Amino acid sequence: MLQKKTKNICTAAALVLLAVVIVCVGQFTSSTSMLRTVLQLGAIYALLAVSMNLCNGFTGLFSLGQAGFMTLGAYTYAILTIPVESRAGVYYLYGVAGWLEKLELPIPVALLVAGLVAALFAFLIGLPVLRLKSDYLAIATLGFAEVVRIVTASSPLNRVTNGSLGLTMIPGFSSYYGIFAVVILCIAIIVLLINSTYGRAFKAIRDDEIAAEAMGINLSQHKQMSFVISSFFAAIGGALMAMYMGAISSTTFTIAVTYFILLIVVIGGMGSVTGSVISALLVIASREWWLRFLDQPMFIGSFKVPLLKTGFRMVVFSVILMVVVLLFRKGIMGEREFNWDGIYSFFKRLFSKKKSGKGVQAK
Amino acid sequence: MDAFLQNCLTGISIGSIYALIAIGYTMVYGILRLINFAHGDIFMMAGYFMIICMTDMMIPWYISIVIVIVATVLLGVCIEKVAYKPLRTAPRMSVMISAIGVSYFLQNFATYLFSAQPKSYPTIGFLSKSVQVGEISTTLVTFVTPILTILLVIGLVMLVKKTKVGMAMRAVSRDFETAQLMGIKINSVISFTFAIGCALAAIGSVLYFIPRSSVYPLAGSLPGLKCFVAAVFGGIGSIPGALVGGFLIGLSETFIKASAFSEFSDAFTFIILIVVLLCLPTGLFGEKIKEKV
Repeated sequence: MLQKKTKNICTAAALVLLAVVIVCVGQFTSSTSMLRTVLQLGAIYALLAVSMNLCNGFTGLFSLGQAGFMTLGAYTYAILTIPVESRAGVYYLYGVAGWLEKLELPIPVALLVAGLVAALFAFLIGLPVLRLKSDYLAIATLGFAEVVRIVTASSPLNRVTNGSLGLTMIPGFSSYYGIFAVVILCIAIIVLLINSTYGRAFKAIRDDEIAAEAMGINLSQHKQMSFVISSFFAAIGGALMAMYMGAISSTTFTIAVTYFILLIVVIGGMGSVTGSVISALLVIASREWWLRFLDQPMFIGSFKVPLLKTGFRMVVFSVILMVVVLLFRKGIMGEREFNWDGIYSFFKRLFSKKKSGKGVQAK
Repeated sequence: MDAFLQNCLTGISIGSIYALIAIGYTMVYGILRLINFAHGDIFMMAGYFMIICMTDMMIPWYISIVIVIVATVLLGVCIEKVAYKPLRTAPRMSVMISAIGVSYFLQNFATYLFSAQPKSYPTIGFLSKSVQVGEISTTLVTFVTPILTILLVIGLVMLVKKTKVGMAMRAVSRDFETAQLMGIKINSVISFTFAIGCALAAIGSVLYFIPRSSVYPLAGSLPGLKCFVAAVFGGIGSIPGALVGGFLIGLSETFIKASAFSEFSDAFTFIILIVVLLCLPTGLFGEKIKEKV
């Protein structure tokens, strides 16, 4: 065990280190550098994974509606922030709806509205759907995501969502740090929520619904709350994604995106915030950077390395997911959070094992 | 009137394909209490197997169909052995994630092998012949599909009701552990269930892709979801229920496609799902299950 003071110093040091990394990357790399991409995208996916974890890992509601809420958030954000002067260009085919023509909100307000819109939809869909049991809930939310996608691309909404053409010219933060600020703020709120009485109630529901109800926890209210909050942050994640990409369409957030976030959550550990964050950074870094080579044909001399061609990277990812699910069911962190005691005892065990191993050999 | 009949015919035809796939869902769910998310993608892979057989290897269609069925069954049984069997005692959420993992893997694997571009599906000469009945003109496959489906369903019901394997299947779906104690080899029963489900999905895929003429890696995911809706509608675990559910979903979808709301036909299917789950959670023919504390 470490002393509390040491732990606090370690935590502070780690946070400072993180901040230094982000700032250094911001200061010393060009805007097209891979590190920037990985950090920004990793941060967005970390938020998405943590929000999914709140619902799936902490409350035990297996919801697969993430993509739907991301679509809602991304579209709301885009509709509210596309600069008035470029609207005519974006909606060149269908024209823009009258009430939208002069509407432009500042970015933070638009982000908040995006979250609230998704939360409202989550509330409405949650009323009937959250009464369902595990796998039915999964299918119903998956269906909901699909409905959202179809409706956003449908012709009655052409003048609002620009139909199947999607929206472009979506503005983002002028500074590189904006995305990080939003993500850190959101994750901090989720962590505070999880450590509160509500968070403990969520975990009680996950572990045993009947026991939780017997303890006086209002099941439907807490489930509803977890679902709504999770969708709120998923929508903000979607809005950040829209900001990052600058253009969205109804096919941007498909079921595959939900599956990809689920992959991050499972690798990080269902029910661990730090696990989700670490795994988001690792997975995004491998997808965008370290495993890129898997998609390109490679030659060693005149020998063509087999298997490598477009699409192989995603096959590798799905195999990793399967391996984690089948063999390491707890993922990186399981249900635990990152703590210094864990690290300390891990290294202690590692070293003592090595020592004893050597001792045996010497004998 | 003609348009109405035409829609009925198309609806019944597509509905019976949905029924064939829905049976796969319903049987697996009845035994393992697992939504086999990968079933739609197995259906898609069956489409690619047919392309490999007929277009790449130039095998005549009647042999190709047999090869496709065998290959799909092998794929399904392998998936069960690799991805579901090790998780028999695991919490339900893990098994479900594993099923999603398989689905994700199959989609990515198909993209890798065959690229994301649609590939054209081979035609089987006599099935694509157009037939004229009164004022309605359609292809022969539209007629063959429902008849074949009904025959298959009758065969399957006989199998489940009359044979020893069928009895074992019913016993396993009623009570997993007791069935095991009675000396039923549950692993082979489960494999057999997967084999039947996949064989039907393979037949369904041939009938589904012939009129649509192209296959792409995500071709299975939406039909898969719809067929699950059909299975829930008919009552999960019930084979005739899956047939009726398939017909109803197929018909309603075709009529909406023909109306002014054609864009929303898929959305409507999911709204049906939510409504059915709320008002009639066990579906039309499902058994009522009481939950014990």
